[in-house]
Amino acid sequence: MNGPTVGVVALQGAFALHIDALTDCGTAARAVRLPADLAGCDAVVLPGGESTTMGKLLDTSGLRDPLRERLAAGMPAFGTCAGLILCVTEVLDPVPNDASPFGVVDAVARRNAYGRQVESFETDLAIDAIGPEPFRAVFIRAPVMESVGPGVDVLGWQNDHAVLARQGPVLVGSFHPELTGDRRIHQYFVDLVKESM
Amino acid sequence: MSTDRGTVRVKRGLAEMLKGGVIMDVVTAEQAKIAEDSGACAVMALERVPADIRRDGGVARMSDPALVTAIMDAVSIPVMAKCRIGHFAEAQVLESLGVDYVDESEVLTPADEANHVDKWAFTVPFVCGATNLGEALRRVGEGACMIRSKGEAGTGNVVEAVRHLRSITGGIKRIERLDAGELMSEAKQLGAPYELVCELHETGALPVPLFCAGGIATPADAALVMQLGAQACFVGSGIFKSGDPAKRARAIVEATTHFDNPEVVAKVSRGLGEPMVGITDVAPADRLADRGW
Repeated sequence: MNGPTVGVVALQGAFALHIDALTDCGTAARAVRLPADLAGCDAVVLPGGESTTMGKLLDTSGLRDPLRERLAAGMPAFGTCAGLILCVTEVLDPVPNDASPFGVVDAVARRNAYGRQVESFETDLAIDAIGPEPFRAVFIRAPVMESVGPGVDVLGWQNDHAVLARQGPVLVGSFHPELTGDRRIHQYFVDLVKESM
Repeated sequence: MSTDRGTVRVKRGLAEMLKGGVIMDVVTAEQAKIAEDSGACAVMALERVPADIRRDGGVARMSDPALVTAIMDAVSIPVMAKCRIGHFAEAQVLESLGVDYVDESEVLTPADEANHVDKWAFTVPFVCGATNLGEALRRVGEGACMIRSKGEAGTGNVVEAVRHLRSITGGIKRIERLDAGELMSEAKQLGAPYELVCELHETGALPVPLFCAGGIATPADAALVMQLGAQACFVGSGIFKSGDPAKRARAIVEATTHFDNPEVVAKVSRGLGEPMVGITDVAPADRLADRGW
């Protein structure tokens, strides 16, 4: 049997780097811009970028409803940064006219929780789920999860905030594993996708 | 465990997040909100759009910090602002305001006829314009974390941006084909740092994202420059100097995402109203793209 195909939502943001990372993990990855692109995808990555921009483009492209349906039906997903904002159940300080998030991870997120770009940073995180070596995590105008529900496994913390978490087949992170050459988090996601097939 | 701000990865990282998006010039908080609501991935806070700077003449400087902060307060997307070429004190002011990106821009009147800002000295990332590969690599050598074509700002004419993009991407293809032994001579010809020429020879790409600016006025303009290798678009006068800015902004955002899908570009191009009035006869003395060294 062939391996999974991961669709990377390519409306705006760091989608190309996720395709590279997934390819490095030996997985087929393709850009998803229209509903037809979603057919044949076993999982989806919602990349970093601007969450308000992606929200608008989810509507104009017609991707929002099919994506919501697939996610509700249990399709594995990995949301980073803006993608995390799209996956959680609640976003604090919502932008006017924003549609409600997909709500597949029971968590409350805060946008730009660390402040503006001059406050963006990289740091070492301990993430036991991917091994003992620390992971160099790049936070760009990053959101955090202020609270998570009982069904959510927090895999990584930064100070007192959950920054990497999993609920069932959905993984969400505040930071950008696609910006470093360390592929352990993408590999963790690919393994999760394979388990669910 | 060290926590570091302002690293190359953190600075270039924000440029990665803006890829596939449209950065719009705005002169008021209201325009910034319209831009955000239309799907802009960032806004450039300005006192005047380039078309007005061109018309008014005189010395064009950094915008009033009160205006920049009013725009920062109005939207949640990143806010950029322009400093004059070489005017590191303006850049320091913009960094202290907390803008997300500084554009060291030829649209403003240059402050230094020989030197650009030493961008390594800053935590805030910089974008710089370029007309060719040598200029792009000199800016990267000074610490720029994003390169944009200069185009000819405020004209509504995309021809110069196309020239600059083709020059940069053509230069990259040329370096890829050279022998390793030819790279020093190429670096000399380009006036570019040797190490960056070698890196480009290895990777086949600029070390920072390449965006397009200067003269984009229609969705098809955006689709054109994206197909020519730009990774995102700056739209200056083209939106708020048009007949229906919100509608045109939304259309250019969609065309930038679906740049390789002519059916989408056709759909969003219908009934947009009047585009900005373009100009084609820019006198050599008025050419903004010639500023910068």
